[in-house]
Amino acid sequence: MAKLVTALNIAAPDEFYEKLIRAHEGLSDDESAALNARLILVLANQIGDAEILAEALEACRTPAA
Amino acid sequence: MLQDRYTLAFRVYPYARSADQDAPAPVRHPVVVGGGGPIGLAMALDLGRQGIPVLVLDDHEGIGMGSRAICFSKRALEIADRYGCGEAMLEKGVVWNVGKVFHDDRQVFEFNLLPETGHKFPAFINLQQPYFERFLFDQIEAERARGAPIEIRGKNRIDAVEDAGDHVRIAITTPDGPYALEADWLIACDGAGSPIRAMLGLDFEGRVFQDSFLIADIRMKSTEFPTERWFWFEPWFKSGASTLLHKQPDDVWRIDFQIGWDVDRKEEMKPENIRRRLDAMLGPEVEYDIVWSSIYTFQCRRMRKFTHNRVIFAGDSAHQVSPFGARGANSGMQDVDNLGWKLGLVMSGQAPASLIESYNEERVHGADENILNSTRATDFITPKSKTSHIFRNAVLDLAEHMPFARSLVNSGRLSVPCTYDGLSLNGPDALAGSPARSRPGSACADAPLEGGYLLDRLGDGFVILTLDAAAPESIEEDGVVARRLALGAADDASGALRERYLGDAASAVYLIRPDQHVAARWENYDEAALRAALRKACGKD
Repeated sequence: MAKLVTALNIAAPDEFYEKLIRAHEGLSDDESAALNARLILVLANQIGDAEILAEALEACRTPAA
Repeated sequence: MLQDRYTLAFRVYPYARSADQDAPAPVRHPVVVGGGGPIGLAMALDLGRQGIPVLVLDDHEGIGMGSRAICFSKRALEIADRYGCGEAMLEKGVVWNVGKVFHDDRQVFEFNLLPETGHKFPAFINLQQPYFERFLFDQIEAERARGAPIEIRGKNRIDAVEDAGDHVRIAITTPDGPYALEADWLIACDGAGSPIRAMLGLDFEGRVFQDSFLIADIRMKSTEFPTERWFWFEPWFKSGASTLLHKQPDDVWRIDFQIGWDVDRKEEMKPENIRRRLDAMLGPEVEYDIVWSSIYTFQCRRMRKFTHNRVIFAGDSAHQVSPFGARGANSGMQDVDNLGWKLGLVMSGQAPASLIESYNEERVHGADENILNSTRATDFITPKSKTSHIFRNAVLDLAEHMPFARSLVNSGRLSVPCTYDGLSLNGPDALAGSPARSRPGSACADAPLEGGYLLDRLGDGFVILTLDAAAPESIEEDGVVARRLALGAADDASGALRERYLGDAASAVYLIRPDQHVAARWENYDEAALRAALRKACGKD
């Protein structure tokens, strides 16, 4: 259990966050939603591990837990 | 009053008055099959070939028109072949391997089923359902000529069914009025709307999908499409939210348009409206005739239990799936394959009545697998929320350039037989180094042998398949006989037997059930172990 990394794992967090927001610039809500969906799928494939993916889904469905 | 609900393709069993209708008391039959569709006919064939008298009652006088189930899987064909009519189906059917998936006006990707070599039957054939039924019926006629006790009564509608403990009472309406029968066993093969299920007040629960599909079978006059499966998500020609194009025999193409839930069926079925959708898809210059058309909706559901004392449900009456993945008629054929030998052993006293319960256990397992797969495909093809729709289109967008996403595209995961993993009839899996695909519970994979195929040699009964292993030519355990099929490296020029049944093992002994599923396997013959596995496979433990 708890294979999901919740401690910082991104070397330059501010830079990543800026890029993420910038990727959505100028997009309509629908276009942004489509980009997010593609991004989730690509990242999920990169992770691959079914346990981590399940934990991530669970963790994000109940963000306060 | 008997009124036809559909037009016939083949009027092969016209009503004829039976002596039973003039009998002073209801005549008792060993087995009555309710419904003469593909599953009812296959059931009659399975039992009749075992010498069990079987009476099929159908409220029409023959085989209904309309392509309906068109995609028949390898396993369904292998079962039909065990009954003697698989080759005729293959010869008439269209074999296809290539599929293309489109989104809007772009081809997202192309796949090839790349069927494994060394099987008598391909992964699938396309064949209109009336032909499939006709081949089963012709085989029934052939078996009857050899003395198989099969009778089919047309325009005999079952109106009431009553569980009488050790038999079933059946009330029937005919053009000459009503009569009654009794049956030791009643097999309900009367389709998704099963009147018999309703008569017994039984449940049939699951998900309703709020969508309708318009089918058009067309015969091309001016052009041809290739023998491929083409599937469009949100096609540019706007004839439906999704569209499927597939080839059938007789130069007929099947087109399914997903047209939404709130449609005026009568309006949509008008030829000019069907043509408008077709013309948008095909272009105005293409000439064609509409052979048949229909609108269907579907649900994914099953009965909680397929066996109810002396009434047993098989095919769509027991479980219904979406058409994506070809899991309807194909799974019904597997029901029949599973039930036939069990009922045979129970009726002849060679196995306890409890063996019938293993039909429920195994085929509920199969139905759940089919419902799961067909529900997933349906959710992909017809997304139920905005977010689901966004993800679906994201998959299609990515699939064009990223191979991983192609595996997520689900226009129907095509039917393969389920494996009865962990269920009651399975014996030991005691063959180290052997391939997982032939573990106990799995349907035997075919393999080429000198002058034929493995499944032909397995035939109908229990078989002790030995691969380079010693064993007696047959054993009898408590009235049930298993005969040996001795094969070895010398019979395996292609290496398929080794690959599919031995793996790294030096030798193997398989106990194989009459439905060609593996019951148990070992490296060497051990009489006590084999007898125990044979008892277990007959429900005697």
